[in-house]
Amino acid sequence: MSGTSDIPPVPARPDEAQPAPQIGVDAWVASHDVRRERRAGPLGSVQAQLERLPRAAFYAAFGVAAALLPAFTSNGYVIRVGFDTLLYMLLALGLNIVVGYAGLLDLGYVAFYGFGAYGYAMLASPKFGIHWDTLAIIPVVVVATALLGFLVALPSRRLLGDYLAILTLFFGQLFVTVYQNGERMSLLGFPRGKHYDVTGGPNGIPNVDNFDLGGLKIASLQGYYYAALVVFLAVLTCVALVDASRTGRAWKSLREDPLAAELMGIPVNRLKLVAFACGAAIAGLTGTLFAALNTAVFAADFDVPTLIVIYAMLILGGAGSIGGVILGALVVNISLEVLRTPGNATWIFYVVIVATLVAKLRPWRWTAVVLAGTVGLGFAAHAIAASAWPRGTAGEAPVGGVLGSGLRHWILFPSNPRMIGNVAFVVLVLAVLGLTLLHGWPQKLALIPTLYLAAFVWENRLAVEPSVTRLILIGVILIVLMNARPQGLLGTARVEIA
Amino acid sequence: MNWNLFVTELVAGITHGSVYALIALGYSMVYGILKLLNFAHGDIYMVGAFIGFGILTVFNGAVALSVNVVLLLVLMFLCAMLGGGVVGVLIERFAYRRLRNAPRIAPLITALGVSFFLEYSAQLLLGAQYQSYNSYSWQGGALWLHGFTLPGDVHVGIAQVIVVVGAVVLMVMLTLFVQRTQTGKAMRATSFDREAAAMMGIDVDRVIVVTFFIGSALAGAAGVFNGLAYQQVWYLMGFQAGLFAFTAAVIGGIGNLPGSVLGGLVIGLAQAFATGYLSSTFQDAIVFAILITVMLVRPSGLLGRAAVQKV
Repeated sequence: MSGTSDIPPVPARPDEAQPAPQIGVDAWVASHDVRRERRAGPLGSVQAQLERLPRAAFYAAFGVAAALLPAFTSNGYVIRVGFDTLLYMLLALGLNIVVGYAGLLDLGYVAFYGFGAYGYAMLASPKFGIHWDTLAIIPVVVVATALLGFLVALPSRRLLGDYLAILTLFFGQLFVTVYQNGERMSLLGFPRGKHYDVTGGPNGIPNVDNFDLGGLKIASLQGYYYAALVVFLAVLTCVALVDASRTGRAWKSLREDPLAAELMGIPVNRLKLVAFACGAAIAGLTGTLFAALNTAVFAADFDVPTLIVIYAMLILGGAGSIGGVILGALVVNISLEVLRTPGNATWIFYVVIVATLVAKLRPWRWTAVVLAGTVGLGFAAHAIAASAWPRGTAGEAPVGGVLGSGLRHWILFPSNPRMIGNVAFVVLVLAVLGLTLLHGWPQKLALIPTLYLAAFVWENRLAVEPSVTRLILIGVILIVLMNARPQGLLGTARVEIA
Repeated sequence: MNWNLFVTELVAGITHGSVYALIALGYSMVYGILKLLNFAHGDIYMVGAFIGFGILTVFNGAVALSVNVVLLLVLMFLCAMLGGGVVGVLIERFAYRRLRNAPRIAPLITALGVSFFLEYSAQLLLGAQYQSYNSYSWQGGALWLHGFTLPGDVHVGIAQVIVVVGAVVLMVMLTLFVQRTQTGKAMRATSFDREAAAMMGIDVDRVIVVTFFIGSALAGAAGVFNGLAYQQVWYLMGFQAGLFAFTAAVIGGIGNLPGSVLGGLVIGLAQAFATGYLSSTFQDAIVFAILITVMLVRPSGLLGRAAVQKV
């Protein structure tokens, strides 16, 4: 009998023994606030206050700030970058519906963008002599693009997401090929018979009309900026509303677990198609803006690099979060613009490196050790090279100014940097990979030569070829983010239940 | 009927198809084990092609070959396969391994990033221009002038024979490896059920590394084959070829090795005949149409369900 004494008596009715379950107010939920990661002190209270504000307040603040941009500057370049950023935000919002909400990998997304742009160009240019009113073109283009998206997703609706990825990637490639060779199209591709010039081929469609909103013509850059802003805010409102709706919740459930979603009675296939068509429609709408401002369209603008840039924006901000997507588009597009000029790019490079070290290295003394070590290593290497290998310091620094003259005494600039820079690039990649294998103090010590090597490669190879460098960096961003922080800057980490 | 055109396109299709089949095998093997579409695989093919080109340049091949052709070919293939394999293993170790249990979309996007990184690093290192293997001029055109003539008066050079025979030899070796060796058995088991395989004492990490190495080595060899048969290599060649090979793997039934070979041949032939009888613009459209048809009619691919063997 002694062995059974610690077993509690069985109650007559099981529900009497425990309090009835109350939805949403159990101990775990009640302690939710405590578990939140919060900063202490005044910063923490500011953060808490900010979190109380409704999301709409942030969007409105963003809209006001963006609307004031042309008032602060009349610099055409700045407004142009602002316009491009708004377009990227629109594209990222559309892609967010497909990838972030529904969890479908759409690799033909830019084709819809291009389809919209070409649609506008065909209906408002001397190409076919058609000059419709913009208010008529936009609905036609949006509906046509949505329909196209629907058709593309249709064959793979019963299949795994992987098949959708390959199908859409192929579709995007097909779009570029067909539009780039569309100046001699014949019926069904037969070489005989009459040929028609449909897309202008590699020359694209030039002389596209400006926006003509029922008599109100938009001809200035500022006008287009405001048009893009209005379209963006309208789309943002729609997406935010959908986000909170039944459809939005159903999309997210289908992203988390399609099988469970289907068992709960959610029409999975239909929702996938709708998500796909919605994303495509937003891309098509964005395309009309793009075509109208640039007054010409070329198929090469809608190729894989553009797609990867949009993906980088989505991933950086955090797929599935509207604010994150906007932030991602802002950060990526502005960084890419800044990277165009080597002088600015070099500043950014060193600021980012130092900021990362300060943020990531703990305890603090290691930050000082690594920074001082790198600087010291550089001067030592430069001094040795100056006496032993004069050609190694004979080259030109790509940037001038204070930074350039400082760097000239720190970094080696060989007179012919191409070959040695290429070797250093490969070594750098291997060194960074090796760094991820080390832990503790060996890793921090190994950081010193790696950083110097990175600066060497940057100055001698990467800063010299900004157009390639930005694409390499986009690839690196995707790899690093997915491995280190898949939820992005503003996204929430998903709970994986195996 | 114009036999010359028909046989010419048939030969071109089989040659191209063999290259696609080799690349598709790598896609299929990786998919079979990890259920991952490795978008970077096409770029490993590009790396292999450039390693072959590097060896060629060392021996002054593009201008005047300074070494025996057989020795050169062996060296090119060994280096390209080894280099391709090492790149593939590095990608697996540093980009994909941490994401094995992540949501499915994470490794796919990483794979896109890897592909982009490889392509544009290649542009940075090697330049954006086309490079030529120039195998027409090796030792007085020996690789092309010698050969045999098919009905329809179509000349087939030794280079094309090397491509097709080489591809077949590699495929037979792969099949033997997968069917007959201990590691091949472990690969099949891992592909069937990774967790159960781990419980049976199979070192799953090692199997995955071996899979990546073999698949990537095949892609590296395919890069050299392509250089031999079509001369030109450049930094974006992996994207297009990868896309077609990928389609080949899906058409044949992804994860199924004979299916990949069949899919590669189907794609190669469809492309060749579309170029010959319609126009080269439409080869993409024809392949896309085949892809959609197969997806609608047999979603698991031509050999997908029937085959028991899965790797």
